[in-house]
Amino acid sequence: MFDIGIGHYLTLGAVIFTIGVVGIFLNRKNVIVILMSIELILLAVNINLVSFSIFLNDLSGQIFTLFILTVAAAEAAIGLAIIVVYYRNSGTIRVEEIDKLKG
Amino acid sequence: MPAHAFFFYIFSLIAIVSAIMVTASKNTVHSVFFLILDFISISCLFILIGAEFLGMIMLIVYVGAVAVLFLFVVMMLNVAQQKNQWFGAASGSKHVPVGMIVSLIIFFELLIVIGGWKLKPDLTNDFINLSTSRVTNTHSIGNVLYTDYIHLFQLSGMILLVAMIGAIVLTFRQRSGLKRQSYISQISREKNDGVELVNVKNKAGVKIDV
Repeated sequence: MFDIGIGHYLTLGAVIFTIGVVGIFLNRKNVIVILMSIELILLAVNINLVSFSIFLNDLSGQIFTLFILTVAAAEAAIGLAIIVVYYRNSGTIRVEEIDKLKG
Repeated sequence: MPAHAFFFYIFSLIAIVSAIMVTASKNTVHSVFFLILDFISISCLFILIGAEFLGMIMLIVYVGAVAVLFLFVVMMLNVAQQKNQWFGAASGSKHVPVGMIVSLIIFFELLIVIGGWKLKPDLTNDFINLSTSRVTNTHSIGNVLYTDYIHLFQLSGMILLVAMIGAIVLTFRQRSGLKRQSYISQISREKNDGVELVNVKNKAGVKIDV
């Protein structure tokens, strides 16, 4: 209980990952919340990598986390730009109303 | 060690609760604020576990840049009024139980993997023991990042550049019917285009064509 090992951190990562997946599945609101859920999932992956890196005394995990951070920032910027353009063109970003590709 | 456990439980509890609130809160602006709280508590956990550099970078990148970007977009698009209908009785909400089942399966699979995972017993002897060495976390990351991983580091810079250009190109819009200043036409204006010298006769006046 009071001896915090790697399992605690991995469990925390699993919980946050699952919350992110639930947020993607059950979202009825707008696309921005889906992007935030993706950020949560990347955060959970970062927790796993950092805890393994610390408990195995290997620095590669932290370097990898740094690159994941970079890619997540780029992904958020591009995704938000796409959302802004879509909102400008169609006036809504609600999930149910984005069905232009349905044909 | 009890202090470590105490702070771990506090920060992880805050992180989990705010992650739930990110997906479940009714207002999108509140979701962004809970996302910021989540990032802050996770970076506190990173600092607690000994990865200080990543915790600080997380604060700077996520809280300082990404979350503010989200906040800008949420406020610009004016979607804060669109209320959340998570478990609402809206039509076609059959995906809720399926999504819950799939998420629970993913969670228990992860838990099974965590419970059954074991280190190879002679594995840790091969690594350099970072905790006993006297260099700080930032110092050791810098030692590795600028030597072994330099190409990947520069490549990530290129990724950021491409993302920046892509975001600018996507959201750039030339509005028509707008009067704006044109520097090149202002600079390339000649004297005889703008000024005309007229010899005015005495008591006759002059008519100016506009």
